[in-house]
Amino acid sequence: MAEALRTSRDSRRAYPLVSDSWRTYRMVAGMWIRSTMTYRSSFALTLVTSFCVTFFDFVVILLMFGQVRGLGGFSFAEVALLYGTTGTSFGLADLTMGSLQRMGKRVRDGSLDTFLMRPAPLLAQVAADKFALRRFGRVAQGLLVLVWALVLLDVAWTPVKVLLLPVMLVSGAVIFAAVMVLGASALFWMQDAAEVTSSFTYGGNTLLQYPPTIFAQELVRGVVFVVPLAFVNWLPALYVLGRPAPAGVPGWAVFASPLVAAVCCGVAGIAWRAGIRSYRSTGS
Amino acid sequence: MAGRNPFVPIDRKLSPVQTSVPFIEVDSLEKIFTIRRKAGLLKRSKREVRAVDGISFGVERGEMVGYIGPNGAGKSTTIKMLTGILTPSGGRLRVAGIDPARERTRLAQRIGVVFGQRTTLWWDLPLKDSYGLMHRMYRIPDARYRENLDRCVELLDLGELLDVPVRQLSLGQRMRGDIAAALLHDPEVLYLDEPTIGLDVVSKARVREFLRELNTTRSTTVLLTTHDLTDIEQLCSRVMVIDHGRLMYDGKLTGLHAVGESERLLVVDLERELPPIEDVPGARFVRSEGPRQYLAFPASSSAAPLVAAVAAAYPLVDLSVREPDIEAVIAKMYGGTREERRESLM
Repeated sequence: MAEALRTSRDSRRAYPLVSDSWRTYRMVAGMWIRSTMTYRSSFALTLVTSFCVTFFDFVVILLMFGQVRGLGGFSFAEVALLYGTTGTSFGLADLTMGSLQRMGKRVRDGSLDTFLMRPAPLLAQVAADKFALRRFGRVAQGLLVLVWALVLLDVAWTPVKVLLLPVMLVSGAVIFAAVMVLGASALFWMQDAAEVTSSFTYGGNTLLQYPPTIFAQELVRGVVFVVPLAFVNWLPALYVLGRPAPAGVPGWAVFASPLVAAVCCGVAGIAWRAGIRSYRSTGS
Repeated sequence: MAGRNPFVPIDRKLSPVQTSVPFIEVDSLEKIFTIRRKAGLLKRSKREVRAVDGISFGVERGEMVGYIGPNGAGKSTTIKMLTGILTPSGGRLRVAGIDPARERTRLAQRIGVVFGQRTTLWWDLPLKDSYGLMHRMYRIPDARYRENLDRCVELLDLGELLDVPVRQLSLGQRMRGDIAAALLHDPEVLYLDEPTIGLDVVSKARVREFLRELNTTRSTTVLLTTHDLTDIEQLCSRVMVIDHGRLMYDGKLTGLHAVGESERLLVVDLERELPPIEDVPGARFVRSEGPRQYLAFPASSSAAPLVAAVAAAYPLVDLSVREPDIEAVIAKMYGGTREERRESLM
């Protein structure tokens, strides 16, 4: 009964929690941006480096298409669409939530304590911790490739397809973000779990840059049903490109990305709360 | 609704006056950590550590309490449970009527915390930027913020430091900066974990002066842990001693002497070297250095009859009384508990 009361009170507080988190996020991120700006030349340098590193990623695909005509039955423009959508989604999630992967250090050295003492949502504080504008380089590069893909693509655009594009980008970013939160929750128990999360986030991003047709069916089913990364771009993009969904996946799944994103957020939220409750802090 | 808080109605029935409920209520508080260690290639051995083992106390509004104990006694763990950072394993805990672990962020508006070995200030930014963040994060009304900041700047002598990046501040300056940061939102309780650690004498004195002033003018409740007993002697009317997660003593600092069975020393200078004085009742011969002899007697009894007895029987030149060292008293208490433990284990 007490448990039921608490959840009902929590749901009433859900809106203030979101607005509080956003407010906290802006404040903390602002402080970090100002901190970075005290070392201006270093900031400029990392921005350039970050852009170059992600761009070379794409150059690899570009070079590959110099040698082969198609990849798993996908043309260059179609692969560019996959690359651009996952790149943008992942870039947005990395920009806003990427710091969560570095929370392990805060847990280990106990400096998370100072965050917990403030009257602000912890997740927002940790996500905005060491906020780095240079990560915007990844988003910019993803968008650039996406625009290029849209110019090259020969698709019969319908209102549904046009609408699906922004929905796909936002849902994808939310799914990646939820995976990052889930991974960060594990850090409360295992401070070295960050590597595992990276394989799902960075690894997932790399996976989604390529057509699902080049991978084994088991792997594809895994990213549909287990870690639902396929909803980031594969399934909606297949619809946009007028291709059939992979075997064993229901037809409506191509529109299910927002729903999947919402479920991921719910799971991540529960894990995060459990994590905070079992936080152990350090000796002194 | 009835199930929400079964304790409140009972408390009210027992004591109709609301103020009789202490501001900080701790009842049979426990924190158990499970330590997993590698015992073999794949085996893990599990061990339970009772960091806090059934502590109960109450602190009234406006009290200034010292919380002392050796390293690893459970001081910081208690403070962390009081702030809501750690969830208790057992027992009941209320600060200003709030359950800290459950409503951490709501409680945060009403408490201030300073961890001596950890700063909340922004390393690369000027000190005043950190205060600006506090202003917005705690939603402090502008007038109130200005007033509190001005007062802290004046009393902690921060005027010239506001524009200096925190990384350039000395340890003492940063500690003063941290204390100010914890007070801008008018907290009702201030927790200080080793507030004078690593500070020089002048900085220590300034911090103590400030805390005393805060306690008297604002009646802010202060709970401080420290290794420096001078902090306690100069600030706290009440002291709690904790060891092995249990409360060993809770009361006035002077009362520690009685509990610790501490002894004062009577230093007697005689005209010449004489055999040890062992015939004076209530005194115990400790040692002698030529004509000077040292006699111990319980701190709780008067020195006058002893002095009279010695003067009557021996050729006395000079004498003085040495007060017991509070550190020695506490060390003796810790030592005592270790002995007991060992005995109970055997």
